[in-house]
Amino acid sequence: MNANVALILTAAGLIGCGVYLLLERSLTRVLVGLVLISNGVNVLFLVSAGKAGTTPIVGVGAEGEMSDPLPQALVLTAIVITLGTTAFLLAMAYRSWQLTGHDDVQDDIEDAAIRDLAAADETSDSFDLSLLHTNDTERNDDTDSETDTSKGPSR
Amino acid sequence: MLALVAAHFVAGAVAPALIQILGRRAFLVLAAVPFAAFCWALAQAGAVANGDIPTEVVDWVPALNLELALSLTTVQWVLMLLVTGVGALVVGYCAWYFTDAEPGLGSFAGIFLGFAGAMLGLVVSDDLLVLYVFWELTTVFSYLLIGHDPTKRASRSAGMEALVVTTFGGLAMLVGFLLIGAEAGTLQITELLADPPSGTSITVAIVLVLIGAISKSALVPFHFWLPGAMAAPTPVSAYLHAAAMVKAGVFLVALLAPGFADVAGWRGVLLTAGVLTMLIGGWRALRQVDTKLLLAYGTVSQLGLLMTVVGLGTRAAALGGLAMVVAHALFKAGLFLVVGIVDHNAGTRDLRKLSGVGRSMPVVAIAAMLLGASMASLPPLIGFVAKETIYTGLLDVASKGDGTGLDGWTGWALLVCVVAGSGLTTAYTARFLWGTFASKPSVEPTLVAKPAFGFIAAPVILAALSLALGFCGALLTRLLGPYADQFPEGVHDAELALWHGLNLALGLSAVSWAIGVALFAGREVFKQLQAALAASFSAERAYRWVMRSLDRLAVEVTSLTQRGSVAFYLSVILVVVVLLPGAALLATDWTDDLVWWETPSQLAVGVVVVTAAVLTTRARRRLKAVILLAITGYGTAALFLLGGAPDLALTQVLVETVTLVIFVLVMRRLPPYFTDRPLTRNRYWRMAMGALVGLSVAGFMIVSTQSRTATPVSDAYAREAVDYGGGNNIVNVILVDIRAWDTMGEIAVLVAAATGVASLLFIETRVSSIRRVYDRPQTSTSDPDSAGPGKSEWLPGGRTLAPDRRSIIFEVVTRLIFHTVIVFSLYLLFSGHNNVGGGFAAGLVTGIALMIRYLAGGRYELDEAAPVDAGMLLGLGLFIATLSALAPLALGGAVLQSAVVDVHAPLLGDIHLVTSLFFDIGVYLVVVGLMVDLLRSLGSGIDRHILREERAQDASTTKDAHV
Repeated sequence: MNANVALILTAAGLIGCGVYLLLERSLTRVLVGLVLISNGVNVLFLVSAGKAGTTPIVGVGAEGEMSDPLPQALVLTAIVITLGTTAFLLAMAYRSWQLTGHDDVQDDIEDAAIRDLAAADETSDSFDLSLLHTNDTERNDDTDSETDTSKGPSR
Repeated sequence: MLALVAAHFVAGAVAPALIQILGRRAFLVLAAVPFAAFCWALAQAGAVANGDIPTEVVDWVPALNLELALSLTTVQWVLMLLVTGVGALVVGYCAWYFTDAEPGLGSFAGIFLGFAGAMLGLVVSDDLLVLYVFWELTTVFSYLLIGHDPTKRASRSAGMEALVVTTFGGLAMLVGFLLIGAEAGTLQITELLADPPSGTSITVAIVLVLIGAISKSALVPFHFWLPGAMAAPTPVSAYLHAAAMVKAGVFLVALLAPGFADVAGWRGVLLTAGVLTMLIGGWRALRQVDTKLLLAYGTVSQLGLLMTVVGLGTRAAALGGLAMVVAHALFKAGLFLVVGIVDHNAGTRDLRKLSGVGRSMPVVAIAAMLLGASMASLPPLIGFVAKETIYTGLLDVASKGDGTGLDGWTGWALLVCVVAGSGLTTAYTARFLWGTFASKPSVEPTLVAKPAFGFIAAPVILAALSLALGFCGALLTRLLGPYADQFPEGVHDAELALWHGLNLALGLSAVSWAIGVALFAGREVFKQLQAALAASFSAERAYRWVMRSLDRLAVEVTSLTQRGSVAFYLSVILVVVVLLPGAALLATDWTDDLVWWETPSQLAVGVVVVTAAVLTTRARRRLKAVILLAITGYGTAALFLLGGAPDLALTQVLVETVTLVIFVLVMRRLPPYFTDRPLTRNRYWRMAMGALVGLSVAGFMIVSTQSRTATPVSDAYAREAVDYGGGNNIVNVILVDIRAWDTMGEIAVLVAAATGVASLLFIETRVSSIRRVYDRPQTSTSDPDSAGPGKSEWLPGGRTLAPDRRSIIFEVVTRLIFHTVIVFSLYLLFSGHNNVGGGFAAGLVTGIALMIRYLAGGRYELDEAAPVDAGMLLGLGLFIATLSALAPLALGGAVLQSAVVDVHAPLLGDIHLVTSLFFDIGVYLVVVGLMVDLLRSLGSGIDRHILREERAQDASTTKDAHV
């Protein structure tokens, strides 16, 4: 099958620009990048459909000269899904603006907290809860320390 | 047997309800279940002794060759008697130990019975994997039982410690089992013992299995979890940590010893760990002041002895070891129960505070004396009988090897250690009995409540049994004999008896008693010695160090991988895309099977699209970026048209228009410029990423297109579309028939997206109220002349807008084209099956018509045009689509199958109806619903936010003016 270089380069250009924007912080730019990538991928579907033919409607074009309809159906689905995604991300950008005054994607605070723990050579928060803090001399020694056996289950 | 195991689980399930009704007396009812199992096992005594082993096999997973295989060989029978008998006594004992007010008593009873069932299953399973399942079940149940009081930090952490240690061992054991299974080709224990496999992998497997056994039985270096587990209520300690669970490891060793005792590593691991454990446990026991902890360390010590003896693998040792298992279960469970009674009735179990308890509770004291005598192996109790046989066996090993291959030095060292360990045992027994019951002159007599009759029954029964069995040497030899007979003939014909005559074994016993008495008599001196020798290293500290290191490692790894930055994650993914499949491109054979373009216009459009895309990346204004984005979208539509896909071109144009509008609707609120960022190296990195990913994608596409050889699957679609789908537009038939499941999923996603948008905008409620023009509060800003009812106007919503925001021409045009557009959209919907169009395109056109109404007349106009809730439309659409998908089922067809109906109606003529039209109507409604939702949330919703803000601002400025 022949590869259509013009279409492939167009798609590659769209995807490349989309990736550049996708790595941005502003959610609007990320979204624009996402739409660019979607458009690029849709063009790739067109490439995979092969040689451009007539409209895939029976009776309109000759039987053997029609474009491949399957990629078209897939792209049709993809286009509408992209609309849904775009709307959702836009609403997110708007909400982010409402809450913070901008639409930049923030770094996760929890992850930063874990990085701080790692830098300070600390254990995680849940670790302390799972270990007994008495050391075992308390358990063994009958002279030094008062054990809590007297507070045991006296029912 | 399976029924008995199941009965325990059923009893466990109903236990909470029983406790609810009967209170703590429910334990007496529940005790009937293990007691019934005990009686059944007793009834099998003859059969088991005669070698007529009861077995049961139930197919479990035939495909994996997994069976629920159960059997009752001698060692299994002994353990079953112990597990069920002691279980019944302890469950009954609970009825007095707890009060009705005990929190969580129902679940405790359930878990306890569940544990008993798992333990029973463990000892009767004849398949290593079944055994493993029950083994881990006991671990889980014991975790829950130790952590019975979740409000206490000590019980939580003790439960966790026991869980971590025993699960670690359990996993090692599982690997060992699987290795054995792979080598021997079977997991059936009886088959394995009949024909034991050997080889290096078996040696490895056995060591792994032994790690599981010694972790479960709390041997060095895993011994520390058992004293910690004393945080559990006393019945749990008596059952799990004396009679049942900690015996699981000993049981497993005893079970496998006849086949695997000669495997390299077996004796080395078991004898070393066993002897060390025995000495360390005894030593530590002598330092305890908490009588329960004293017993716990005593148990550790005894388990070491049991493991040493059972693992030795000679006939005499096997007989003595098994008898010792019985003796230990009886006296240790009994002693724990005694501690429970003392603790319960005296309020403490600290031996420094107890005094004169023996005088207040003579029956309990006598029972404890008997149990203690058995522990110290004094005649005429079962403990003595078992110990004598053990000494005989060890003497044989030391003097003649007895088939173990151990040299004399090892044998004698072993014997010395066991005698020393027994000396420690005698000493801590004396310490326990003295500490608990003696009257101490320096301590005030403890106030003791008189224990109920039922409360003391269990330890009394256990003491009586310990005494009675001491006289039943011959009977025990006969009953336990079949187990010992699995081992090769020994130097002596081993037997269990109270009196063997004056021999070396009796002398060894005497030596151990003497050591014990001496240690107890010189306890003050010994205490100082122990304090001086207090070890700075302990296994528990090592465990904590390991756990801490594990947690630290987790923190480090998480901080390395979880950077919290979306861009970082995306970069990782993209770098992998470029490096792995991208690098593979370099090694691919390239052909020059390329066409540069099919029509020059493709190239021209491509140049425009790419230029717009590049400019988009450079745009600093949001609006500019969005408009350039739209150009790439329309350009893509043009490429579709040139590629022979008018359906796509139509949909793409419509979607692009909608996207542009909703972008603008949101952009009016966001700042006009993107956040200013200084140019950094980061930007060049992103450029490089973009370029590399773009190039890789181009490469993939060229290679994959060129390597395609098969004819497309869609070649036959043209005929199928007409024959089965009843339509000429193949793309539409694919959507609503051939690949209708895709569409089904897609409309579900659309509904989810629409709901998401609405919930982000209307934070509190999904339903936005529909407000028609006449609902609007009359304000002075509206023009009274045009507002009167009956006066015709172009758009009713127009007058709700401020005059400077109105465009009469737009309103007029909207009024003129609206209905035409709606009719056009319906045409697209109904003709889509045969011509360009379909549910998606039709829904988008309807949506655009509504959008125009909104843009021209504001949010009231939108509600005038579409006075329905968006959620209604979405739900209705999904409902119709689902219904039309399922309807063929009712008529005997497949889901989503379509039928062609040709009817002749008067006036309309011939109607060619395809049932998939209904599915398309569902799609149409979902898309319209999505559009209404978008307009109402991103349009009207944001309008209201703006209005509210303006009002708040006005209010504050007027307030300022007044001040």
